[in-house]
Amino acid sequence: MTHRRLLVCCLGLVSITAAQDRNPFSGNPQAAKAGASEFRINCALCHGLGARGGGRGPDLTRAQKKHAHNDADMFQIISNGIPGTAMPANGTNGQGVGMTDEEIWQIITYIRSVEVKVPARPLGDAVHGKQLFYGDANCSLCHMVEGKGGRLGPDLSGIGGARTREAITDSVRHPSHHLAWGLTESTKEFPQEYETVTVITADGTEIKGVALNEDSFSVQLMDANEQIHLLEKDKLRSFQKSRESMMPPYGQSLLTDQDLEDIVSYLISVGAK
Amino acid sequence: MKTLRRLRFSTVRPLRLQILDVTLGAYGAERRENKARGASGGHARRNGQQAPKGRIMILPGFVCLLSLSLSAQVTPDRIVTAAKEPQNWLTYSGSYDGHRHSRLDQINTANAHSLTAKWVYQTAATGKLETTPLVADGVLYATAQDDRAFALDARTGRPIWLYQRQLPADIRPCCGRVNRGLALLGNKVYLGTLDAHVIALDTKTGNVIWDVPAFDYRQGYSFTVAPLAVKDEIIIGVSGGEYGVRGFIDAYDAETGVRRWRFYTVPGPGEPGHDTWEGDSWKTGGAPAWNTGTYDPATDQVFWPTGNPAPSNRGEGRAGDNLYSNSLLALNASTGKLNWYFQFTRHDEHDWDATQVPVMIDANGRHLIAQANRNGFFYLLDRTTGKLISASPYGKITWSDSKDSEGRPIANQNASPTLAGNTVCPGALGTTNFMAPTYNPATSLFYVTSRDQCDTFSTAPQAYEPGHAYYGSAYFPSDEAEPYRGFLKAIDPATGQVKWQFQHTSPTWSGVLSTAGGLVFTGDAEGNFIALDAATGKPLWHFQMGGAVYAAPMAFAVDGKEYIAIAAGSAIFTFGLP
Repeated sequence: MTHRRLLVCCLGLVSITAAQDRNPFSGNPQAAKAGASEFRINCALCHGLGARGGGRGPDLTRAQKKHAHNDADMFQIISNGIPGTAMPANGTNGQGVGMTDEEIWQIITYIRSVEVKVPARPLGDAVHGKQLFYGDANCSLCHMVEGKGGRLGPDLSGIGGARTREAITDSVRHPSHHLAWGLTESTKEFPQEYETVTVITADGTEIKGVALNEDSFSVQLMDANEQIHLLEKDKLRSFQKSRESMMPPYGQSLLTDQDLEDIVSYLISVGAK
Repeated sequence: MKTLRRLRFSTVRPLRLQILDVTLGAYGAERRENKARGASGGHARRNGQQAPKGRIMILPGFVCLLSLSLSAQVTPDRIVTAAKEPQNWLTYSGSYDGHRHSRLDQINTANAHSLTAKWVYQTAATGKLETTPLVADGVLYATAQDDRAFALDARTGRPIWLYQRQLPADIRPCCGRVNRGLALLGNKVYLGTLDAHVIALDTKTGNVIWDVPAFDYRQGYSFTVAPLAVKDEIIIGVSGGEYGVRGFIDAYDAETGVRRWRFYTVPGPGEPGHDTWEGDSWKTGGAPAWNTGTYDPATDQVFWPTGNPAPSNRGEGRAGDNLYSNSLLALNASTGKLNWYFQFTRHDEHDWDATQVPVMIDANGRHLIAQANRNGFFYLLDRTTGKLISASPYGKITWSDSKDSEGRPIANQNASPTLAGNTVCPGALGTTNFMAPTYNPATSLFYVTSRDQCDTFSTAPQAYEPGHAYYGSAYFPSDEAEPYRGFLKAIDPATGQVKWQFQHTSPTWSGVLSTAGGLVFTGDAEGNFIALDAATGKPLWHFQMGGAVYAAPMAFAVDGKEYIAIAAGSAIFTFGLP
């Protein structure tokens, strides 16, 4: 037993020093190809096919990454996750198997191979976007950026680094298409989503709001006045839940493409820095 | 320590007798009370009330119970007749038939509303707890992540011993560093480990009595299953379907750890079924056996279910039915010889392991076996012959529109994964999964946790490398407006019809327990433990435990008081009447 433990210990040390400093496959096309398959299996669920981002994870084809400045950083992030975000540590998402060090390096090599150095289109006017966000577009009535704004919708401070331009645009035009994720509990499979809840209390009062959390017997919601209501379902006269977001869809008549582009540019300028 | 041992394992007979005296008194009284309540439509009895001394009736069953408890060791016969000692929970499903049904009725539909937490044991482990505790004679045995095992005073939750395996750093468990429980026989409990060993621990100390490697864990083999103690042997099935293992079911001599037999779930050259694999694909064919089977003492047969062929989501390269993946195997318990098999999903490409507990049901003189399968169908088989009797959908299904001449659902042409992605229901997690079902002989209903979720399956070819993930495909939740839905469903096995369903807020991984008190117990992803009326599905009580449930409940009694236990978050909770 002792022998085996020593051996494991030594192997562990070797793999730590060798594994995490340098990408052994840097620029290797075969490794990138293997990494493409591993990426589909392990990462694409959130980061999308082709690493272009999804409804849940950031676009990894962007050359500038929020959390990782080099391959070694990326290795750490894939191995250990990012606390406070939906990014799990390798092998801990409870579904499927974890990756070996070699597979992680292959994935990093793949991500490097699909990076786009120059934005596909020119960015909008972030300064104008900020004016719209806090002004005529009314975004800040419900959304906060860097500590300023409303509380009913998700805080958008980090959204520019966590979602693709297309995903943010789609969320503004069609807020009910993919409801935003809210509270994520450690052992729970699914996060709470920004569902709309309408209840009638025992005394006949109607309350409409966003679900902060819910289970079979209780609901915690915030109304449009940012009041929090903590309710037991069996004491309600009625309980209705809808996947129609409380956020109004911003069609062209409310927000032109150019203005929306400016707002998204503002969010990216804040969130991706 | 000395005192504790004396209390729990005492050979001091007067003390033991005194405890039993209380046990029998209260239990007997509750039984009579419930009978009366059942006849009159009844009212709630005040809980915890004990029978007046003078009214204790010594029934033949109780005499039997008394002597069994005094023997202090769990003999094979005690497991066979587990129903006669409902205060104990001696095997994974509570009894060999897989019913996960407790005959305790002290907690019942009339008083469930007053259930209260009795004790909580924090395992200090992180991740999912999938364990079903065992209880014998006042001691509770359970497991937690990273191959922890422990024995607790079942009355107080205080530990008697703790064991944690020193695992190698490079183990490759598929789906969390989980364990689903122990087997108990004689003076030992048995644990299958994540580094693919089978070990026997002393019931009184947790000391390792023997430790046997089953296979090289570096190639992706591991154990997460609760072993099954049968006669004088320990039966266990391997995990590793995501690593291209060649699955097997082993039997070990309970006393010595010497392996008695091994049944490879993928036949080798020259064996029947070998021709259902293309080329050398059988060598990495998967078909693991990672959930506990059931046992029929009358025919000395073990019914053990198997998992997906490997790679799990890509059929290219393994043309054929891929026997005995996704099958139910009827094995001679003494020899490991295959008596019959039934394959639920042929040539699976969606990771639909058939590893759900096979439940033995005897009805109208017929010996049946039922399984609510991950592929979305509820199957009823003749357990003498393995012939299919019926297959009925119990969830959202798009993969099969037709059945073959035997009535077996067959896959549609367009159900395979594609590069661009193909949406199929159920998704890879299945209509159900490892969560243990229950069958209540009193209501004749089969209760199972189910999920409606579709996935988009997209091919992602991978070469086989020992010890590396071997899926061959990726899957994503389909981009539907409809969210995933989770249920507890009550199925009539005779017709396959869903008699009632209770919808959870989100899908749960909890198993289900039924009791003679007319209740079913289950947990949810939001951390609630819930008691429902077995006849109607109406929730009668719930308790917020603060952590999601991935385990199945069980019931036991100490000192005549019934407890319901469930693992949630990283703790084990017990509940009882005030």
